[in-house]
Amino acid sequence: MRIRGRCHIFGNDVDTDAIIPARYLNTFDPKELARHVMEDADPAFPSRVQPGDIIVAGKNFGCGSSREHAPLAIKAAGIGAVIASSFARIFYRNAINIGLPIFESPEAAQGISPGDEVEIRPEEGIIYNLTKGESYKFTPVPPFMQEIIDAGGLLSYVAKKVKGEHV
Amino acid sequence: MGMTMTEKILAHHAGLSRVEPGQLINARIDMALANDITGPLAIEEFRKLGLKKVFDRERIALVPDHFTPAKDIKSAEQVKILREFAREQDLPYYFEIGRMGVEHCLLPEEGLVGPGDLVIGADSHTCTYGALGAFATGVGSTDLAAAMATGECWFKVPSTLLLRYRGQLQPWVGGKDLILYTIGLIGVDGARYMAMEFTGETLGQLSMDGRFTMANMAIEAGAKNGIFPVDQKTLEYISGRLKRSYRVFASDPDARYAQIIDIDASRVEPQVAFPYSPGNARSVREIGEIKIDQVVIGSCTNGRIEDLRIAAQILRGKRVHREVRLIIIPCSQKVYAQALKEGLLEIFLEAGAAVSTPTCGPCLGGHMGILARGERAVATTNRNFVGRMGHPESEVYLAGPAVAAASAIKGRIATPEEVL
Ligand code: SF4
Repeated sequence: MRIRGRCHIFGNDVDTDAIIPARYLNTFDPKELARHVMEDADPAFPSRVQPGDIIVAGKNFGCGSSREHAPLAIKAAGIGAVIASSFARIFYRNAINIGLPIFESPEAAQGISPGDEVEIRPEEGIIYNLTKGESYKFTPVPPFMQEIIDAGGLLSYVAKKVKGEHV
Repeated sequence: MGMTMTEKILAHHAGLSRVEPGQLINARIDMALANDITGPLAIEEFRKLGLKKVFDRERIALVPDHFTPAKDIKSAEQVKILREFAREQDLPYYFEIGRMGVEHCLLPEEGLVGPGDLVIGADSHTCTYGALGAFATGVGSTDLAAAMATGECWFKVPSTLLLRYRGQLQPWVGGKDLILYTIGLIGVDGARYMAMEFTGETLGQLSMDGRFTMANMAIEAGAKNGIFPVDQKTLEYISGRLKRSYRVFASDPDARYAQIIDIDASRVEPQVAFPYSPGNARSVREIGEIKIDQVVIGSCTNGRIEDLRIAAQILRGKRVHREVRLIIIPCSQKVYAQALKEGLLEIFLEAGAAVSTPTCGPCLGGHMGILARGERAVATTNRNFVGRMGHPESEVYLAGPAVAAASAIKGRIATPEEVL
């Protein structure tokens, strides 16, 4: 699998209220959430973002609330992946659980500029910056989480385990 | 090598004799919580598994507290999903409007969490219950759905940051000031992925309410959980209240800590955190004149009876500034009733405050006090992110109930000494 896209850059500590403001949380319809994605960080973002684009951010991306609506809104907006120096922990779990590709790479967060085209190669552990001709490493996902990803998210993973139990 | 109390609770629930930081474990949970934002999504996910029953009807709590009493049709539909699921599954711990409270005030108050428990909640401030010596952490809706099905959840064992507070607290300094000061010191990712273990003689001076406030905001430093040792006050709080048996875990003297920070609490003055980060903490005495439009006293951080008593002490016989709206929201029905009995509500009403039924309301910019463009609020809540209480160009300043009440009288951010 390769993920290729054009990058949008954000700073440190992007919180979940910036990713999807609470005022829109009276629904969990992904399409509706996508219309407001990153709105309080950049009001023009929902109209600028193209399917396949990639979000690149600094440290502690997704801090704040536990709302799964945050990775859902990003995924539903067609964003192909999020690259950050580091992720807040609940966001990290939620992204893995719902199958939004995320990559932790301080090098990439440093090196990528707005509009750069990058290609992520998960099996190789490398992010190529096609615009600048650079490459960056990312921290591999622990094997257990890779199992969840490979199963297609936590629910599919659990479905196998509970099959036949207290049904 | 010894273990921390966080490690011991996790090991116990995973059926292991010991665990190490970084280890991935599968653990049994004692309680799983969801609200009217995260619950509907979790229920939808749960249904995808095709199971007829949740793993244990007495270990699931559903609290419609965020957009309730329903602020619009969409919110009403969300709550309806919770309500119908609770009826279908015959869940004893669904709390209807009028018997409800903000989830993190309600669960301890109802005796649904206790020392040594492992609790997950689809709400980031689930870490509040660490004040009781439990391991409690926030997860997403999918994690919650999986837990409702299996009674288990996976965890990465966190390393622990030990905070040791010493010294006598200054007048009007409480749990909120201590935690704002601490986050100011270590930053909003200062405890990322870690357990924050709060210890030291100073904390003995705090009531359980003050401890809940501190544990509540561990997430604001990026922590996985916040946790307090169990002492006499903890045991008194749970006595006659806790619905299940409990077990006290204590950190070993030779437990391993990733970092130890000593804080001289006697030097901490009343704090306020400037927008747009809970880490922007400053001493109120040093900030100069900041005019405000609204004050909110409430939320899972500071809407408990002690907070209302402090606010009433300051507001008694005074008037809210003519250019300020003061909104007071007791965090649960029981707190509301208690405040009524003690005459606190009368003090608030006479001062010119609005008092509401329990709800998260303005804390997350939901309803009941949304800010217009350019408006400023002092709030006893826990987050002051961009747009948190309304318009993206409004501002929230976080403080404890004493500073909030004094500010409501002065029309600017003020210390209690200025009005008493
Ligand atoms: S009071 Fe605020 S922080 Fe607490 S649960 Fe409600 S919205 Fe979340």
